[in-house]
Amino acid sequence: MSGIPHDHYEPKTGAEKWLHSRLPIVGLIYDTIMIPTPKNLNWWWIWGIVLAFCLVLQIVTGIVLVMHYTPHVDLAFASVEHIMRDVNGGYMLRYIHANGASLFFVAVYIHIFRGLFYGSYKAPREITWIIGMIIYLLMMATGFMGYVLPWGQMSFWGATVITGLFGAIPFVGEALQTFLLGGPAVDNATLNRFFSLHYLLPFVIAALVVVHIWAFHTTGNNNPTGVDVRKGSKEEVEKDTLPFWPYFVIKDFLGLAVVLVIFWAIVGFMPNYLGHPDNYIEANPLVTPAHIVPEWYFLPFYAILRAFTSEVWVVQIASFVTGGIIDAKFFGVLAMFGAIAIMALVPWLDTSRVRSGRYRPMFKWWFYLLVFDFFALMWLGAMPAEEPYASFSLIASAYWFGYFLVILPILGVIEKPLAEPATIEEDFDAHYGEKSDAATPAE
Amino acid sequence: MLKTLAIGAAFALALIPAASHAAGGSGHVEDFQFSFEGPFGAYDQNQLQRGLQIYTEVCAACHGLKFVPLRTLADEGGPALPADQVRAYAAENFTVYDAELDEDVPAKPVDHFPANTAAGAPDLSLMAKARAGFHGPYGSGMNQLFKGIGGAEYIASLLDGYTGEEKEEAGTLFYENTAFPGGWISMAPPLSDEQVEFADGHDNSVKAMSQDVAAFLMWTAEPKMMARKQTGFVGVLILTVLSVLLYLTNKQLWAPHKGKKSA
Repeated sequence: MSGIPHDHYEPKTGAEKWLHSRLPIVGLIYDTIMIPTPKNLNWWWIWGIVLAFCLVLQIVTGIVLVMHYTPHVDLAFASVEHIMRDVNGGYMLRYIHANGASLFFVAVYIHIFRGLFYGSYKAPREITWIIGMIIYLLMMATGFMGYVLPWGQMSFWGATVITGLFGAIPFVGEALQTFLLGGPAVDNATLNRFFSLHYLLPFVIAALVVVHIWAFHTTGNNNPTGVDVRKGSKEEVEKDTLPFWPYFVIKDFLGLAVVLVIFWAIVGFMPNYLGHPDNYIEANPLVTPAHIVPEWYFLPFYAILRAFTSEVWVVQIASFVTGGIIDAKFFGVLAMFGAIAIMALVPWLDTSRVRSGRYRPMFKWWFYLLVFDFFALMWLGAMPAEEPYASFSLIASAYWFGYFLVILPILGVIEKPLAEPATIEEDFDAHYGEKSDAATPAE
Repeated sequence: MLKTLAIGAAFALALIPAASHAAGGSGHVEDFQFSFEGPFGAYDQNQLQRGLQIYTEVCAACHGLKFVPLRTLADEGGPALPADQVRAYAAENFTVYDAELDEDVPAKPVDHFPANTAAGAPDLSLMAKARAGFHGPYGSGMNQLFKGIGGAEYIASLLDGYTGEEKEEAGTLFYENTAFPGGWISMAPPLSDEQVEFADGHDNSVKAMSQDVAAFLMWTAEPKMMARKQTGFVGVLILTVLSVLLYLTNKQLWAPHKGKKSA
């Protein structure tokens, strides 16, 4: 990879040279896993590996599940029960796959918020960030369509509500919704296309993950100080970094193993905790569940969707200005997708020249409030659409947009950042090296 | 004395809103202690067999278990009936339609329990996972974390929750039930004391039978629970050992780069 000077693969034997001159694949792998990595990375940096593991886990378990699953409205629910009862280890496969989706989203949210705190989205990593946001969007689409496949009540009604969002788009909405569903309502055609896409999208994600890694291997990793690796010479680089293998592979695997202890305990002892009981009732178009609730990982954005009712003045103004084209329903849809889109624009909304939140005394508190806001929205998304939750949702949604559109641009101008360390080495030694050196000056 | 009465009255007043909430709203579910709760909880084989007997003699009149193969009655971690008993049970209790002979023939272990026969009676295969006994508080999910999701508790509370009150609405008879959401259910009280005789003379009060049949329905919904928990336990153990080994490896690997100047 370009950017940071480091050792490259040198073919030694005749066979190695023969292969290298025709297909430099060993060199590519070597350069990828030996990439110089800032040695001060903290534990918030393990989630990339967890995410890569999740993707592989979901694809592998998913491929085996497909061997036993039948995508048909009359057979899907029964085929899932067949997996649970008759397939060898099928109950573990399905529970790992279902809870694996939750682990995937836990990891991606921590990964995103880590990026937001340490300014990983700032130049020169904007492309890495945007690719990441596209991956996240595809993950949501894949997760949503996967939840439809067991053909339970929440599958069916969740699909009805979410595809209904597209129906809210003016002029083309109805046609678009029919196109997505393959008919006037959620039915066999819907199940089949969701099944097809649920199988396809993970491979698109896998390809984008390669691009994501390629991009940040070109710029180098960000790190907790946000200070760049010195790139003047190989010696300088070696003071700031350690190769990814073995130092960060082992460290990340340790993090992954600890995460998997918790994951395995959930799969083994409480696999249905994160699910919804209604999805153990076969889909019935004639019976609507009392509360239609999406999976937990959609709740924050579901809360934003519901927050903008026709009683909110912004909605009323939008409706008046556009002559009713933007009604409350469409406004909610715009707000929900806007809440995600705005995250993709954060490289240009944050005006501060300092990357890491560690050296931004005011930013820190607004960021912590954003994390709290995220959990508040998640909770509100699960609550019924009534007072006082509706007002809370509106306040929490307003903060979500306020953080990105108002607070980040202003903070960069008015905030006086703390002094950053000159180098990564200095930061690392402040933690591990120099202190003990200073404590024993006689040696 | 007066003080005691006053405290008692205060408590009674405090309980009124709770009681009236239970009558409407989401219903009251008692937190029964089942043998299969917790990470090491296991099904009580005798209880599952009693539950099967109650299901066969009472519930099966209207309800079905269409996703449950009869052969699984012989499975480890379930009622674990001997194979010949399963064959006899299937043949004696259920018939299935044979398309070749164009007639109903006695069921075999390879067949499933029949689907439901009465209109409006839901299939019970997954009922214990399709209901939540516990919620909240305040949408936090903490109750489900500590008490479990409570499907079996809901079933037991429902069967034991009839008050004896009835009402007729639009030609349908409704029965008051403290566990059912809304408080009125169209299913007549299915169990009465001493309705089912157990071979070993086990307690056959409504409360005891409600728990037995709820345990049986937990098994029909989650037949591989015991194998799953075992896999969970072994996996947690292995991953914990792996974590410790990786911790030690990581520590040693990084040691030369941390605080090297002091060494």
